Amino acid sequence: MIDGRSLLVVTGKGGVGKTTVTAALALALAREGRRPLVVEVSGKDDVARLLGGPGTHGAYAERAIADRVRHLSIDPDHALREYLDAHLPFGGLLEHTRLARLLFAATPGLGELLTIGKVWELARGAGRDCVLLDAPATGHAIALLTAPRTFAAAARGGPVAEQAAGIRRFLGDRRRTGVLAVSTAEELPVNETLQLRGALDAAGVALAGVFVNAVYPRRFTARQVDVLAAAPATAASRAGRFHATRARQHAAGVRRLRGAVGSVTAVRTLPYVFDADDVARDLAGRVTR
Amino acid sequence: VSLGAALDGKRICVCAGPGGVGKTTIAAAVATGLAARGTRVAVVTIDPARRLADALGVGPLSNDPQRVPGASGELWALALDAKQTFDAVIERLAPDAPTRDAILANRIYRELSTAVGGSQEFAAVAKLHELATSERFDIVVLDTPPSRNALDFLDAPHRLAPLLQSRAMRVLAAPTGVMAAGAGFALGGLRRLTGVELLEDLAELLGALSDLADGLADQAVAVERLLADEATAFLLVASPERMSVAEALRFSERLEAAGGGVSALVVNRVLVRATDRERLGAAELAPGLDGDERLAELALRALGELRAVADRHARGIEALTGAVGAPALLVPDLERPVADVGALGDVTRHLFAGEAERARLLDASAF
Repeated sequence: MIDGRSLLVVTGKGGVGKTTVTAALALALAREGRRPLVVEVSGKDDVARLLGGPGTHGAYAERAIADRVRHLSIDPDHALREYLDAHLPFGGLLEHTRLARLLFAATPGLGELLTIGKVWELARGAGRDCVLLDAPATGHAIALLTAPRTFAAAARGGPVAEQAAGIRRFLGDRRRTGVLAVSTAEELPVNETLQLRGALDAAGVALAGVFVNAVYPRRFTARQVDVLAAAPATAASRAGRFHATRARQHAAGVRRLRGAVGSVTAVRTLPYVFDADDVARDLAGRVTR
Repeated sequence: VSLGAALDGKRICVCAGPGGVGKTTIAAAVATGLAARGTRVAVVTIDPARRLADALGVGPLSNDPQRVPGASGELWALALDAKQTFDAVIERLAPDAPTRDAILANRIYRELSTAVGGSQEFAAVAKLHELATSERFDIVVLDTPPSRNALDFLDAPHRLAPLLQSRAMRVLAAPTGVMAAGAGFALGGLRRLTGVELLEDLAELLGALSDLADGLADQAVAVERLLADEATAFLLVASPERMSVAEALRFSERLEAAGGGVSALVVNRVLVRATDRERLGAAELAPGLDGDERLAELALRALGELRAVADRHARGIEALTGAVGAPALLVPDLERPVADVGALGDVTRHLFAGEAERARLLDASAF
């Protein structure tokens, strides 16, 4: 799933545990001797706080959040300012004019392009120290990954279009870039993962792997389920039935995912963590195994 | 605490909350419950799949309200289509056919109206305005789109208004004077970055939109007023899992800051903690399980795990109610997905039943 890639983009439906899996991946990579840089967008710092660090409080500087794990939060306004400063004389000044800001805001995909451009810059120089992007939920992540193409088609000249082509090549190179989808075994997240696969295929970006998170373990045989179903309603028999039903639903979801993507993409299940204070550290041993 | 009381006399109910918590399902259940109480309800969903349509027992939903035949009372449902909603706004406000056509055919308009980032938020509030002012419904229930940032849709009118009220568009249409110099600088910068073609499309779009500027700005202001109105209720939908609780708390802060505040809190998919926990051992359970003591032990292990989750959920709910300052309406994890009319009815009962009945329902599913 991970191999020697220098950019791993983690995405999935809201609520599936994307941030937890990203944190677990970062810890696992650090244990393997790499120095991952976790990047969050839209000014978020969920991974940093999950691993027990203080929030970024709007600071856009790289810093350590765990042993051998660094973190950076990217904000589109900040990325724009940085970009303008680097590429235009008086670029910084331009960002201050209201009209320019309005025009930039009205240009479709520019915010996404600047964000993914910043990620690309970081990943390009990452070498073994890969960049782990905790991307937004599926729809926005697709917008982020396809922004270079959308933009290259719209703007045929100028430095942005040139750079967009470079970013697109990097994202399309499956030795360097891979998307890791996080799902659960439930109906809607599985649907969304399959949609993501389709969109990535169309965009020429590799789906490197799927993590099916929070899967109930199978504890009961079919015969035992029948016995539980016929048993008097005690809390224990109801718990057994609930557990068994959920495990069966999850097994069906995992089968559906494997059936659809399993031949080309690694699908790895992660167990539902019933009682742990630190789920990310608990899962770290399982994400790369 | 009763949802019926919290929504009494409201004209709009916005279901907000983090992604993946079941906002669409809750919006449908709220709408179903309100219709059964005799109000004329429209529910706007952002459901890309057919799932809600299945749960309501209707065919595919479109961008226009469709009557839900099996529902008790008058229930209408629609699935938001951002592009169609935008097109309708342009058609309504355009002064003439050529302006309308120029906008609808513009490449940037087409991309903006279908792009993920932001367009659904604008469309959702535009649709909300359209339905709320139509007088066809007593209340409109809005399922909010998954946003990159909490409550992006609340900002949608704010973000639109300055663009429309600025003279930028008029300047682009006919550049003169000091503004033109500023515009020249900004446009020059944009041109150097992005190439000429894009810019021409953008200038064309803004030029054409300037004819609609007053109408659009009026609408943005009207929507803003609508969202801030007393008759608008915000329902915070959350999951009791830890990460989601943290996100829901941020939502609540944002709502508070926006002056709205949460009218009611719904915590969905809860493993409920029993008030009085059964303490039977394997030896006592085995007789009811064909004498299978091994199975009794497995069942007890499952019970222990579910109870650990229920305890965690109880802590999450406590954090939520403490921060929001409103008691929570709990919807238990219903074992089976809410994919049909019967299951949706179960959710509705958990939201609208009387206090004693709700407590009884929760207790029956508690561990």
